[in-house]
Order: sequence, then C-alpha cells, then structure tokens
Amino acid sequence: MTDTATRAMAAQSTTPARKAPKVRAKNHTLMLVLNVASVIAGILIWWGFSLAGFRIPAPVEVAERAVTVIGDGTLATDLAASLTRVLIGFALGTLVAIPVGFLMGWYPVARALIEPWVQFFRTIPPLAIIPLVIVLLGIGEEPKIFVIFLAAFFACVISTFQGVISVDRTLINAARVLGSKDGGIFIRVVVPASTPFILVGMRVGLGASWATVVAAELIAAQNGLGARMQQAQIFYDLPTIFVNLIAIGILGLLMDRILLFTENKLTGWQERR
Amino acid sequence: MITTYPASTEAADAARISVQGVTKTYNLAGKEFFALDNVSLDVADNEFITVVGPSGCGKSTLMNVLAGLDKPTSGQAVVDGKVVSGPGPERGVIFQQYALFPWLTVRKNVEFGLKTAGLGAKERREKAEHFIEMVGLSQFADALPKMLSGGMKQRCAIARAYAVDPTILLMDEPFGALDALTRVKLQEQLLDTWSQEKRTVVFITHDVDEAVYLANRVVVMAARPGRIFDIIDVDLPYPRTEEMRLSPEFTALRNRVWHAVYHQTTGAAAGSMPSTLTA
Repeated sequence: MTDTATRAMAAQSTTPARKAPKVRAKNHTLMLVLNVASVIAGILIWWGFSLAGFRIPAPVEVAERAVTVIGDGTLATDLAASLTRVLIGFALGTLVAIPVGFLMGWYPVARALIEPWVQFFRTIPPLAIIPLVIVLLGIGEEPKIFVIFLAAFFACVISTFQGVISVDRTLINAARVLGSKDGGIFIRVVVPASTPFILVGMRVGLGASWATVVAAELIAAQNGLGARMQQAQIFYDLPTIFVNLIAIGILGLLMDRILLFTENKLTGWQERR
Repeated sequence: MITTYPASTEAADAARISVQGVTKTYNLAGKEFFALDNVSLDVADNEFITVVGPSGCGKSTLMNVLAGLDKPTSGQAVVDGKVVSGPGPERGVIFQQYALFPWLTVRKNVEFGLKTAGLGAKERREKAEHFIEMVGLSQFADALPKMLSGGMKQRCAIARAYAVDPTILLMDEPFGALDALTRVKLQEQLLDTWSQEKRTVVFITHDVDEAVYLANRVVVMAARPGRIFDIIDVDLPYPRTEEMRLSPEFTALRNRVWHAVYHQTTGAAAGSMPSTLTA
C-alpha cells in the first residue's frame, strides 16, 4: 500500500489503520511455514552429508550429546560463563560509548580530540589485542571482558556519534522557538532523535561482543562455550563442537531478537519508506 | 531605491516589529553573497503581512532573523522595542517542513512548549486539548505524526505554536507543501483564528494568490541581492470570502503583485519595459 493511500485512510477513518490485518496475517503464516520448511530441509541435507560418508556427526548423534551436556549441567555452566563475559563487556562498552558518542556529536572540540583515536583503534580487530592484554592483565576474566568491551564500545560509539550529528536542524530550531535551551534540546530532542542510531549500534555491538567472546575463549579460557570446543577439538569430539556451535548460534539469535524487539518498541515512531 | 517603508496604518514608532537596515551575507566559495541587503520594514500591531518573492530573495533569511534563529551581519530586528538576540516566547514560528517531533504524539507535540514553560501536567493537558480541538485534531490527539497527512501535520504544528500563546506568528511557507484544496482550507482557518484572536503575523509564501488573500500588506522581495522591492496595500475588507477571490479588485491586486514578483515591475506598468530588472 502506498504512503498516500495510507494517509488518505488515516484522514478518513477515526482509527487509523496501516494495513489490512487479514492480508498481513496470511502473509505472516506463509512466511513462518516457509521458515520451518527451510530449517527442516537444512537438517535433512546435513543428515544426507553424514550418511554419504563425510566426517561429520549425524543430527541424532548431536542431539544425544546435547541431551547429555544439558543433563550433566556442562552446557549450562559454559553458557553462564560465556554470557556473563559478554553481558559485562557489552554493558560496560555501551555505557561508555553512549556518552562519548554524544560528547563527540555535540561538542566539536571533543570530536576533534576523540575521533582520531576512535577511528584508529576501531580498525584493529579486538582479538588482535588479546596477546597484549594477556601479557598486561594475565589470564583471568579481565582480559576477555576488556576485549569484549572494546568490540562493543567501537560499534556503539560511532553510531551514537552519527545519530547526534544527523539530528534534523529544523527539530532543534523548533525546540528553540518553543523556548528550549541547550540542556532541554539535548534531552528532549537530541537523545530521542538519535535513539534509533544508538540501538543499531548496540545490535552491531552485541554481535561483535558475541563473536569476540567465543574467539577469546578459544585462545585463553578454562570454561565457556569457546573453551569447551577447544577442548573437544583436542579429543576429536565432533558432536560436542556441533552442540556448542548450535548453542552459540541460537543464543546470538535470541539476543539479537531481544534487541530488535526493544528497537521496534522504542523507535516505532519512525516513518519508514 | 527606497529601502525604508514605514507602516502604512500606524506611525513607525508604534510598530511591533521593526526591521532596521538588516544585511545578511554568506561566504560562498570565496564570494560574498547578499541574502539580505539593507532591508528595513515596520509591521504594526495585529497586522497581517505576507512576504512574497522569487527564490533566493532572502525571505526565509528574513524570517530566521525575526525568529532569532539567525543573526544579521549588520542592522537589527526590533520586537516590542527590544533588539532580537534569540528566540522568544512572544514569537511563535511555523516551519514549512512541519518540524513535528516524530517520537511524540500530537498531544505531546502541542504540550512541548508548555512543558518548557514549566506548566504542570494537568494545565498542559487542558491547554493542549483546547488547541488540538481548535485545529480539528481531537480524534488524532494520541496519534504519532507518521499517521497524519501533510495538512494534519501542519495543523498540529499550528496548534503547537498557538499553545505557548505568542502574540506574533512567523510562518515560513507553512502551506507550501500541501495540495491546493487543503491549502485553501488552512488559509480560511488561519484567517478565522486570526480575526478571533488578533495576532501580528508575518507570513512567507511564494504563492501570489495566497499572499494577496491573507494580507493587509504584501511585501514583495527581489533577489541578488535580497531586498524589498515593493510593498502593496491590500485594501480588501475582512472577513475575506471565496467570492472575493474572484472579484475584479482581487484580480487587479493579484496582477500587481504578480508583476512585481515575476517581472519585477511596479504598478500598472505591466508589459512595458521593466525599470529595475535584476534577474
């Protein structure tokens, strides 16, 4: 439906409707059926490969291993370890990135001082810093959380900054003529207007954090999903590697969906073309 | 060329708005560009002034100077005897692009300025309710701007500007982006509210019909450099009606303004050699 038609409808009816709900529901069901069909087909192909003699475990084998590691609590312990690292690193990264991004966007002096560092360091993959942080911070939790912090920080700081500098000038002028001063404009216009950018940055940051934690655990950790796979590799334990890979995928997807849901809740006001 | 035009209805010292020798220059690729060149204009209390002119004549710059969003390079704008140095609550501004806050509902948009002014929640809501009703958006009070048509968005913007109770309204091509029918409707509504609660209005437009229909006086500007070319009194009585648009008096005024804007000729000298051709 075109935007004009929608507007015309909104102008006529008292309850503005965006789209005929029936059509939408039907489409939705069809999409869901196709989604499920695609997943089942994928598993069947995987099964086919394992039967054809490729050296990969069959789905049943992986499922059995999953039941075992869920039963003895290994998976839960590993998940908890990995998630704790990600959440602490991601939370710290975002918490620092948002004010720094605002600072860069709002004050040209701050931007000039901070930007060269951000632009330089964000080109270095956080994992490349692991050797350095292990030397400096040892092999405890700190080095891992630190690299996750970096991954989340750089993803989020750039988009927050972009959000602030792309706030519509007219909206700032509108707030000014309605009596707002700098502080009010910042809180009531700049913050809400850049929320969509911040949330996109957070999603990218969470993805980067998740990738980083697994890689960091592969290199230096005693527990966590990555470390478990590292140990399984030594014992040629393919089913365990598969279980952990699938767990990483599902968890990453879940976290992304949660943020996407939040994004839609908080930024549903945007006009989408 | 004459650059000073005292208000026709009242003495210049009684003017609510007085633009005094305002020049605004921009530096474009090393060349100085005169958006406004020594512009002077007095607007009397409760007067409805329209400003019309070709693009680049500086009419939006003039409005930004009056709104306090832009500082003149030289000269000054004086409102109620005070030199304008920034936006003020006595001057409400309505922008061409509506400038509604997209994350706020119609109601919250209208309440925005009231909140800045420090009004309590209950008082804000009552006041907002009144102005939302005035512009006929009661049924959409809780809708987000994205649900509204262009005309409804501009009505919301008008309600938002009125809510803080400005005595001067500065309108920058407010109906420019609307279809002809909606535009005429909003013109009528604007005149309606203006005649009920008098305000001083400076209304920028590029539409000659609109300029004549609304105004006490039409200020015609010229470009390169941006300046006032002519000021034409519209001696049609209020309330203005649909029939008036078709009257010979209206047509004559319209032609006069048209020639001033598009051929930059004054008076009835239409068709003859323009004396001050600039474009």
